[in-house]
Amino acid sequence: MHLFLFLLFAMFCVAGAVNLLIQPKTINSALSLIVVMGSLALIYLLLGAEFVAVIQVIVYAGAIMVLFIFVIMLLNAGAEEQSKGSLAAKVLGIPGLLAGCAIALGVFLKHRPQEELIPIGALYGPADKVGMLIFTKYLLAFEVTSVLVLIAIMGAVVLARRSDS
Amino acid sequence: MSALTFLIVAVIKIAITIGVLLTVVAYTVWLERKAVGRMQNRWGPSRVGPFGLLQPLADGAKFLFKEDVTPPFVDKKLYLLAPVLALVTALTSIAMVPIGPIVHLFGISTPVQVTGVVDASGHASDINVGILIILGLTSLGVYGIALAGWSSNSKYSLLGSLRASAQMVSYEVSLGLSLIGVLLMSSTLSLTGIVHAQFGTYFGFIPHWNIFRGQFIAFFIYMMAAFAETNRIPFDMPEAETELVAGYHTEYSAMKFAMFFMAEYANMVTVACVASIMFLGGWSGPSLPFLPMVVQAFLPLLWFSCKIFFFLFLYIWIRGTLPRFRYDQLMAFGWKFLFPLALANVVVTAFFVAIRA
Amino acid sequence: MIPISWYLLLSAFLFACGVTGFLTKRNIITLFMSIELMLNGVNLSFVAFATRMGSLDGHVFVFFVMVVAAAEAAVGLAIIISVYRTRETLNVDRVNLLKL
Repeated sequence: MHLFLFLLFAMFCVAGAVNLLIQPKTINSALSLIVVMGSLALIYLLLGAEFVAVIQVIVYAGAIMVLFIFVIMLLNAGAEEQSKGSLAAKVLGIPGLLAGCAIALGVFLKHRPQEELIPIGALYGPADKVGMLIFTKYLLAFEVTSVLVLIAIMGAVVLARRSDS
Repeated sequence: MSALTFLIVAVIKIAITIGVLLTVVAYTVWLERKAVGRMQNRWGPSRVGPFGLLQPLADGAKFLFKEDVTPPFVDKKLYLLAPVLALVTALTSIAMVPIGPIVHLFGISTPVQVTGVVDASGHASDINVGILIILGLTSLGVYGIALAGWSSNSKYSLLGSLRASAQMVSYEVSLGLSLIGVLLMSSTLSLTGIVHAQFGTYFGFIPHWNIFRGQFIAFFIYMMAAFAETNRIPFDMPEAETELVAGYHTEYSAMKFAMFFMAEYANMVTVACVASIMFLGGWSGPSLPFLPMVVQAFLPLLWFSCKIFFFLFLYIWIRGTLPRFRYDQLMAFGWKFLFPLALANVVVTAFFVAIRA
Repeated sequence: MIPISWYLLLSAFLFACGVTGFLTKRNIITLFMSIELMLNGVNLSFVAFATRMGSLDGHVFVFFVMVVAAAEAAVGLAIIISVYRTRETLNVDRVNLLKL
């Protein structure tokens, strides 16, 4: 059951990532990335990280990608111009890529030691424990990132303003 | 309980919840037309059935049989995906909401909540991050509107959907912040836990609800942000018929338009549920011992339904009363007034919680 | 029961797709989305190792990566809007005024 769920969500991730690369239209790439983020959130749930999974949906898929889709709609980004790929790249590249993957997979399968098998939900990461860590051990990093976000807000407002005033 | 029993019970709960939710959505439309009509000194629907009660059925039949026009210049896949996305996120939020306490039927105990189970010690427990999942589904609901406008390939739809998405994203911040005060006081993210933290009374008759425990301002911030999230008057500039020719659902007809319509009312019901759980104590209410046992078993459901009905009527009442905001007034209100107020509420609540600890 | 290497393989694949997109795509917005894909691959790696080592520090790092990614996306998209306003194009090959 765990295996089936992991393979299902991993397949969605892989399909979304490949679809992002092969789609000519930008909006379809953005939607594939949302699919990748959603499946990653489900994989985090399989690993027991419930806080990270929900934050992934709220922040990444629900806010950052909305920003991307806004900008795509605002700038009316249609299909991107494809430059003609060189024949040499295709002849050498695709077999080279497959050979590289095969070598990596072969080495990996041959030298695989007794691996740790992770059960479903192995490390339960509830919100209060993660919050406790953030506010005690990593407090400085937290404060610094809040200053970073403040700077980013000011930067974005200044950069996106029309310079006619 | 075994996995198979859990599965069967879950499917039954889902079927009942979806049935009840869709009926509530249909009859909210009826209630709105009647109530707004009365406020405007006219009858509202009164022909189809007594008091017009069969009007939603007639509307449903109309939407089913209307001609489904798909304009030739739209992006077909996204055009079909957008209403589905809007409706799915709107209907899924109801799964986290606890509607009642544990019921014992046919030897099975389960709380009246789609994602609720009875744990080993006999208490109701549900998803530990329930409120965050509801906020996440609200964030995902923006995509339905954004993609509807983009795929329609017409400038009015695009402008309307950009405005609606910007409005929803802006008010989501205040929505989340206003709920943090409640979460600080309940010290749990699970909705069942929040309901359980509001049992009991002060002085014997004032209930221990969060609205009486200092979250009064947060309640009003939440209501205003929720009105903006669901695109209702006074914040419905992106979809009003007199502005931008109905905005992002201009190019939609028949069943797809009905899906947007249902998604809006289902979002209203979700907002009503979350507001009643976080601020008005969910299904807790005075237990009336003079009623027979059979009626007493349904009393929590009755209290919850009363609170939901109160919020839906509030939505409809405000619709009939207020004019709508202009778009720049709307955005200024969200960012310059609600957001600082919500932040101040978080700081003050945290201060009081820290003092008491 | 999944071996941890499968999670790491998935993370490596996502990172590789992100790098490929970053190097080959011509549209600025798609470039940015490839960066986000790379960051997501790294997040998965963090969570997998946190589970392996039994400490929640990995989750905290994922939180910080998300915050930084949000800040970077906001500023990056503002820059993209500025570039579009002056150069009227979203193709990185056309933003070449400084080219010899």
